[in-house]
Amino acid sequence: MAKIYSKIIAAPTAIQPKKETVNFILNYSKALSYLNIKGQKIEFIAN
Amino acid sequence: MAINHTPDALLVKNYIAGDEQALTVLINRHQTKIYGFIYSKLADRDQADDVFQDTFIKVIKTLKSNSYNEEGKFLPWVMRIAHNLIVDFYRKNKKMPLLRETEEFSIFDILSDNSPSIEGQIIYDGIEKDVQNIILELPDDQKEVLMMRIYQDLSFKEISELTGVSINTALGRMRYAVINLRKIIEKNNIILTA
Repeated sequence: MAKIYSKIIAAPTAIQPKKETVNFILNYSKALSYLNIKGQKIEFIAN
Repeated sequence: MAINHTPDALLVKNYIAGDEQALTVLINRHQTKIYGFIYSKLADRDQADDVFQDTFIKVIKTLKSNSYNEEGKFLPWVMRIAHNLIVDFYRKNKKMPLLRETEEFSIFDILSDNSPSIEGQIIYDGIEKDVQNIILELPDDQKEVLMMRIYQDLSFKEISELTGVSINTALGRMRYAVINLRKIIEKNNIILTA
């Protein structure tokens, strides 16, 4: 494990994820909801 | 504008309460640090995007399912999730390492293909033909024993029964056949190796 994390690659300044990635996350969040049914949490993803 | 100074804890609380905009603020606020951390470990933009996405999917699921305990440490929590996903990524890749050919390393240094090449097959066929021609020059009794032994894979007991001679005679004929083959090869300077 130490071997993996000893390798540090300098990232370019202000590197950010793609806009598509962020948009996907936000859309996923809007679509996801949970329902509590008899003490169990059921995950729903709306189309 | 005021929302940009809202503490993370309050944004998280608002998000859990249903305010999707709060998540947008959280991502915009921390994406550089989180993505930069992931990229520094993976050194690949596409893989970093995948891990970043998976990180926030876990964040969203935890927050929306009310499983998050607010202790005022949203960013460290997200970074820990990203860290664990990076470890999973390396574990998964370790099981199925992707080897790329470079000037210094070729997978064929480790893997070997034992099947004969076309050239090897041609050479082998040529040698076999030469051996068959040499055998034809042997005396008939020696030729008969040798062909029964080598090409028909018969035992000396079976050869002796088929040829009507004793086993010792069959053995003797085989021995002389091999000696004579060597003499023919030496006499004619035949090379029977690839």
